Amino acid sequence: MDHWQNFSRRDFIKISSLFLAGSAAMSSSAGQAFSGLGQSGSDENSDRIVYSFCEHCFWRCGIAAHVRDGKVYKIVGSEHHPLSQGKLCPRGTGGIGLLYDPDRLQHPLIRETKGGKQYYRKASWDEATGMVAEKLYGIHEKYGPGAIAMLHHGFGVSFFKQMFSQIGVNKFAKPSYDLCCGPARQASVLTYGYPSGTPEGFDIKNSKYMIFFGTHFGENMHNTAVQEISEGIRRGAKIAVFDPRFSTIAGKAEHWLPIKPGTDIAMMQGLMHVLISENLYDRSFVQHHTVGFGELWDSVRKMTPEKVAEITEIPADAIRTVAREFAFNAPAAFVHSGRRTNWYGDALQRIRAIHILNALVGNFKMPGGVVNFDKFVLKKPKTAHAHPPYEKSVYSRYPFFPDDEPSNTIASHEIVQQAISGEIKALMIYGVNLPETMTLGRETAIEALRKVDFMVAVDVLPAEVTGYADVVLPECTYLERYDALDAGRNFRTPFVALRQPAVPPMYESKPGNQIAKMITDKWGMHGVFPASVEAGLDKTLKMTGSSLEEIKKTGVIVRPETDLYRKPGVALNLKTPSGKIELASSRLRAAGFDAVPRYTPQPEAPAGFYRMLTGRKPMLTFGRTANNRFLGDVATAKENEVWVNTETAAKHDLNNDEYVHLKNQAGVVSEFPVKVKVTQRIRPDAVFMVHGFGHTAAKMTWAYKRGASHNQLISRTDIDPAMGSVGFQNNFVTFIKEA
Amino acid sequence: MANKKNYGMVIDTRVCVGCSACVYACKSENAVPEGYCRDWVVQETKGNFPKLTMENRSERCQHCENAPCVTYCPTRASHYAEDGTVQINRSLCTGCKACLAACPYDARYIHPDGFADKCSLCHHRIEQGLKTACVSVCPTGSLHLVDFNDPDEEAQKLMAGRIVYRQKEHAGTGPSLFWISASNKPGA
Repeated sequence: MDHWQNFSRRDFIKISSLFLAGSAAMSSSAGQAFSGLGQSGSDENSDRIVYSFCEHCFWRCGIAAHVRDGKVYKIVGSEHHPLSQGKLCPRGTGGIGLLYDPDRLQHPLIRETKGGKQYYRKASWDEATGMVAEKLYGIHEKYGPGAIAMLHHGFGVSFFKQMFSQIGVNKFAKPSYDLCCGPARQASVLTYGYPSGTPEGFDIKNSKYMIFFGTHFGENMHNTAVQEISEGIRRGAKIAVFDPRFSTIAGKAEHWLPIKPGTDIAMMQGLMHVLISENLYDRSFVQHHTVGFGELWDSVRKMTPEKVAEITEIPADAIRTVAREFAFNAPAAFVHSGRRTNWYGDALQRIRAIHILNALVGNFKMPGGVVNFDKFVLKKPKTAHAHPPYEKSVYSRYPFFPDDEPSNTIASHEIVQQAISGEIKALMIYGVNLPETMTLGRETAIEALRKVDFMVAVDVLPAEVTGYADVVLPECTYLERYDALDAGRNFRTPFVALRQPAVPPMYESKPGNQIAKMITDKWGMHGVFPASVEAGLDKTLKMTGSSLEEIKKTGVIVRPETDLYRKPGVALNLKTPSGKIELASSRLRAAGFDAVPRYTPQPEAPAGFYRMLTGRKPMLTFGRTANNRFLGDVATAKENEVWVNTETAAKHDLNNDEYVHLKNQAGVVSEFPVKVKVTQRIRPDAVFMVHGFGHTAAKMTWAYKRGASHNQLISRTDIDPAMGSVGFQNNFVTFIKEA
Repeated sequence: MANKKNYGMVIDTRVCVGCSACVYACKSENAVPEGYCRDWVVQETKGNFPKLTMENRSERCQHCENAPCVTYCPTRASHYAEDGTVQINRSLCTGCKACLAACPYDARYIHPDGFADKCSLCHHRIEQGLKTACVSVCPTGSLHLVDFNDPDEEAQKLMAGRIVYRQKEHAGTGPSLFWISASNKPGA
């Protein structure tokens, strides 16, 4: 039985090269520089410099785009923006590789069926947005707002949220939350009473001792954090890294502890045991500002360094050393919560354990410890249009899914499941390449995409997901548009930043703000958006005593540094049930979960298989940069490798630079081969491969068949029962040598 | 003569994370053709699991005081500039590759337009009083442009009391890149 013919109506269409032929002129053939310039080199005096912010990752650094002859020829870090301070990671510079990507979507596309064959035809914006407006409205009328959902990734989504609010739709998911930062956010809420932000609340600059569990600073180029860690190293700060792999940050560390994967909570309990049993913790802070110490001690009493050493394969003495050094350097010391925190479906508890370690040494709101940066408070003009009431403020069935974030009301895997069950009839997908996004695996994602009655994709590139859409709307890049003001981040110097176009949109692409407005106009809802995006920005900025004209000059308004540190003798008054730091969480207990973190063993690898770990290359951000020729044009960026320990490689007769296929525990074989990197830099029981390679969409001509897909090898996911995040490190692979 | 410059770099490998920001900044600043680069990153790991050490280095032309590329250039295209850097006069270059063979640091390539090309230490930027593109972009502050005839206080402080080396000194090239070894202990 052909499953798809019976249960779905939508085939994948490779976006026809017919419509993309015009892009050949933009293609940069070998021997030519990628930028808009010739080979003359730069002369800053004749440049037009446009200050904006980057979209190649969530850090959103300030950029200065240099424009000459109507082309952006280089992008550098903005000296005005507090998160970049004139510096930039490779991806920021690589914006030109996205802007001038010859594979870009150029026209709206509409799916047609003729003679049983499906294809895309070029459509006008009027027709395409008309169809989207009609379909969404029809589904809304027939099934209610709960039958429509949006999956989104990227700062430009705000206009689509506002658009959907007009028909009472607020079922929105951010896969990045489920896969990446979610547990850190909610662990912070449960422990400290406030969510963690970006940059994360650690006073890196002033710290003397930093402990990292598997977070790969230097490979994940979070600009400001990398700047501050470097400053710390220059100043003499010490670093301890628990990681199965000798990461770049491990290369900077005083102690690299190659922990057995999946045993991190046990290690954290062991560290707590040493802090408490050796009386190294900050007794006065714990007494006055925390609750649940007794319960915590009961839970770690038996987790002696010797016992933890057996579990984690790290010597007991090393555990004692790290705990003692941590306490010795406290309060100017911290354990960092990391960024991509979802590993095994128990990440909420693991990050809680990190916060408990921090609380035990009393580093809360102390120089060099845990801090809570402030945000720029942006007054917003009242919207003329009140939207209809929402059915719910949160749709997730997980008890600790956030209930205070309107852009994230349900987990992405719940949307995937609801699309398959038929509860969701229409999907808008903004910048999420769902088949390669680690949500319940590739096949399930594709099933969901095929199943819904209507799907519209808003994207810059013909990512695989766009091939499943009924309508494809080509958005212009972040270098060609205005977006909402960026005031959402926490930092030492609160700021608001502007995104503004460096050059006009290429081809027929349009900014999201115009696309959303066209759709609401089709619904007959005029005045939802200001007459122009510029007018709206100016109005908001004037309420803050600035103006669009003023902020355009530097791209940012920066407030003075705020006081981050607590005062002795003053109660913390946190927004937790107790008002204190909750070592034992009363909210978790009330919902039937462990109030203090507990270690549970993860499954072991089948014989001959190795746990598959993942991470990043510093010049790439997964899907957003996968097709970027400019960034791909360095030897280390061209493909991903599978890292295999020398001993393991010998067992399987693998040679360095040899290509193999990988097979996972469920029998899935990687579609493309991957290069073997034989190395001492990883434990023998694990392999590592960078995510975001091995694309199967042929119209992503650079990314296509480059490396192997990590995502494809995820057959098992572990969903956190408390907050719904997705862990995927219980997948194991073995090697199939080329014939 | 007192004001004569002698530019080179001090590179602090203790903080370098090998992100390659320098490589990309150079590529766009200098319109380096696809498939080539003027600077590159080396990540060197030594030892055996689990006793490992790592050094990351951003490498480029060493702007040697006694540069084999200049010595062996038959057309005088490769030459010493006033500011102590080694430069290439493209109009004199025939693309004969003698310099490529002579360079012990493998710092040069033949540009598709037929001339030898390499790091110019952003000559055009230094002239305007700017730092090189790689120095300006580096998020870790690993790269320092230094006038060795008049080294600034920061550069002197960086090098004092630390293990500092130059590459292939035995070749007698007198390279102008100084490397602060990653084996220096934090803060040392």
